[in-house]
Amino acid sequence: MAIKVEHLNHIYGEGTAFEQYALKDVNVTIEDGQFVGLIGHTGSGKSTLIQHLNGLLRGSSGSIYYNGENIYSEGYDMKSLRSKVGLVFQYPEHQLFEVDVFSDVCFGPKNLGLSKDEIEERAKGALEQVGLDESFYRKSPFELSGGQKRRVAIAGVLAMEPEVLILDEPTAGLDPKGRDEILDEIKALHREKKITIILVSHSMEDMARYADRLLVMNHGEKVFDDSPKNVFKHYKELEKMGLAAPQITYVVHELREHGVDIADDLTTVEEARDAILKILRR
Amino acid sequence: MGIIKASKLIFDYIRRDENDQIEEVNRAIDAVDVEIKKGDFVAILGHNGSGKSTFAKHVNGILLPTEGTIWISEMDTRDESHIWDIRKTAGMVFQNPDNQIIGNIVEEDVGFGPENMGIPTEEIWKRVDESLEAVGMTAYRMKSPNKLSGGQKQRVAIAGVMAMKPECIILDEPTAMLDPNGRKEVIRTVRELNQKEGITVLLITHYMEEVVNADRVIVMDDGKIVMDGTPREIFSEVEQLKSYRLDVPQVTELAYELKKAGVKLPEGILTRKELMEYLLPLFLEG
Amino acid sequence: MLREITLGQYYPVDSVIHRLDPRTKLFGTLIFIVSLFITTTVWGYLLATAALIWVIKLTKVPFSFMVKGLKAILFLLLISVSFNLFLTSGEVLVQIWIFKITREGLRMAGFMAVRLIYLVLGSTIMTLTTTPNELTDGLEKSMGFLNKVGVPVHEISMMMSIALRFIPILVEETDKIMKAQMARGADFETGNLIQKVKAMVPLLVPLFISAFRRATDLAMAMEARCYRGGDGRTKMKPLQYAFRDRAAYGLQLFYLAGMIGLRFYR
Repeated sequence: MAIKVEHLNHIYGEGTAFEQYALKDVNVTIEDGQFVGLIGHTGSGKSTLIQHLNGLLRGSSGSIYYNGENIYSEGYDMKSLRSKVGLVFQYPEHQLFEVDVFSDVCFGPKNLGLSKDEIEERAKGALEQVGLDESFYRKSPFELSGGQKRRVAIAGVLAMEPEVLILDEPTAGLDPKGRDEILDEIKALHREKKITIILVSHSMEDMARYADRLLVMNHGEKVFDDSPKNVFKHYKELEKMGLAAPQITYVVHELREHGVDIADDLTTVEEARDAILKILRR
Repeated sequence: MGIIKASKLIFDYIRRDENDQIEEVNRAIDAVDVEIKKGDFVAILGHNGSGKSTFAKHVNGILLPTEGTIWISEMDTRDESHIWDIRKTAGMVFQNPDNQIIGNIVEEDVGFGPENMGIPTEEIWKRVDESLEAVGMTAYRMKSPNKLSGGQKQRVAIAGVMAMKPECIILDEPTAMLDPNGRKEVIRTVRELNQKEGITVLLITHYMEEVVNADRVIVMDDGKIVMDGTPREIFSEVEQLKSYRLDVPQVTELAYELKKAGVKLPEGILTRKELMEYLLPLFLEG
Repeated sequence: MLREITLGQYYPVDSVIHRLDPRTKLFGTLIFIVSLFITTTVWGYLLATAALIWVIKLTKVPFSFMVKGLKAILFLLLISVSFNLFLTSGEVLVQIWIFKITREGLRMAGFMAVRLIYLVLGSTIMTLTTTPNELTDGLEKSMGFLNKVGVPVHEISMMMSIALRFIPILVEETDKIMKAQMARGADFETGNLIQKVKAMVPLLVPLFISAFRRATDLAMAMEARCYRGGDGRTKMKPLQYAFRDRAAYGLQLFYLAGMIGLRFYR
């Protein structure tokens, strides 16, 4: 039980005429080692939610527990929470500021008050995890390509050695190659380092490929919480929220509507191909 | 001659050190020959660094060729006396919606281009009205751009270009920073402008779904044009596209995979409707 | 937080005040400010209040919205009121320890508070009813004579207009970078002055880089839309005085005369 959110509300302009729920009675428990996808259209509350998980925003009411401890209890160490729940913002390369890649990645561990050796150890480890070798250490972050910059920024959070890593649209603005590289690295972190991942994305195809569990937010409320396959069965409801299922889901459902006996939970090209071939070869 | 024509176009990004000595030369466009027909909807695909954005910036003279020539409506971009005519003819929409809106009110931003061109006031209003109508943003004309969604901001940017009455619009990854709804909104607007107003469209993107309806697709890699054809022709080459590190829409990929496994399907299926059209009879037969 | 500052925020409704020429409004604001410093009597303040209420009503902007702008000056208001309250000598009304409240002090503090609040309300009316573009247009035109002595009036007003457009964006960006650095353990709150200044580096460097990137992008976008300085430019909304502007000027002068008159009326 890594993170437990209970009856969390976040209200903007409370008590005024402009009162607006950014989050409304959100309840969710994220277990250690899960790979959770979080979707919702712009303004659905998903970005607000993740900023509560490491204490950057404070709920109007409700509570959040990290490893059983209420983060809103008096004297709770927020700084240590932030090192355990790492948050990578959208376009994280916009936060780079140091003269070279290595110093920038050291910023996080330095803030934790670690020894010099430990800081450098961690920075090296983090850069290795995102696939940047020593030849990058002394380069200025500003002479790197977009994808490389982003990986430096992600390494900057990884260097704090978080137990939970939250990424807000880590692939926004990247081309397909950059996108696949980043997502594969995240998957590897999940597999090898057993880091809990919470991934915010607009791409249903990516969710189908990477996440074990999918949370859907709409108007500040959690509306679905299930495996991606089961969530995509509700593709008609998703559409009403301005979202969509992967294209394959639509193909499968259309086939079913025409009487083809194919499973309704296929979401990737490979799954659909195998299922269709099996039927056609019968 | 087509509205855009490039001949042996070369562009080098040159990096100099402190002493103004050339440190590194990076060839972004490598001897490109291309001609684009008036009224076409042309999509240019390629991963980051393939040279597609550099090419786009040549079309309205923001960048000038290192070697070779590019003509817009038969005007050479290196001819300084034509530069403003070229920018009027070929309008440009950029990636970041925030960094291209100048006005503090939507309608004032749309009027910015015509103001610069010295159009009389009455005509500016007419153009602003028409342009906002064409992109469906009339209801927002008095709003601050900061209150709009990303897709709406891009439509305002498109209206701003439309008000200059261009013959051609170049959109340099206009949807890269938008969510799926914003993306659809912008592509729908661009397609309408192409069909209703006959504007030539040059859409630079790496989202495959956006190019399915184009008249022509050009794929760039390493500064060169490596594929050029109709969407159907391009998308039937799934393996080649993947070798340029590009995506293929899931439907196209499924059709390709099925075909490879021996299912009788035509090449280059682009939409779900097409896939169903060919796939359903096969199930009924079996 | 910062987003709630109403100063410089246009409130889009259609009213007679909105339709006035920005130069008329600039002049009016100036007259109102001057009048606040002329007046010393209760009658003068009553006339100013009446004028203010009438104009606010005409703007059709909800009063509550207008008052929001006062929040930003609350601190300033408190300081100047307490200075006047405690530091004016005269007939002592109340004495608490070394603090004396005098009759004159009370009067001065009251006037000072009213003056400050009216000052802000007056200029808020201007910014709420005038788009930043109109405002800069108005300034550009009224200051046009400076062009002759080599002041680049058009460029300055264009810069002001762009600054106004980008302030909210940069404010939001500051917030975002701050949070991103806090997620990496940065601490902007505790520590002594030197530590605090040092803590700003991870915030300011990315902010400057972002501002420069935006400026480069914007310059390119402006050039792509044929911007080449003020020469040969036409205006979508050229400034033209209408009858209502002449009427407004008349009323403004009448008001000013009234205020001057009241100063000497006992």
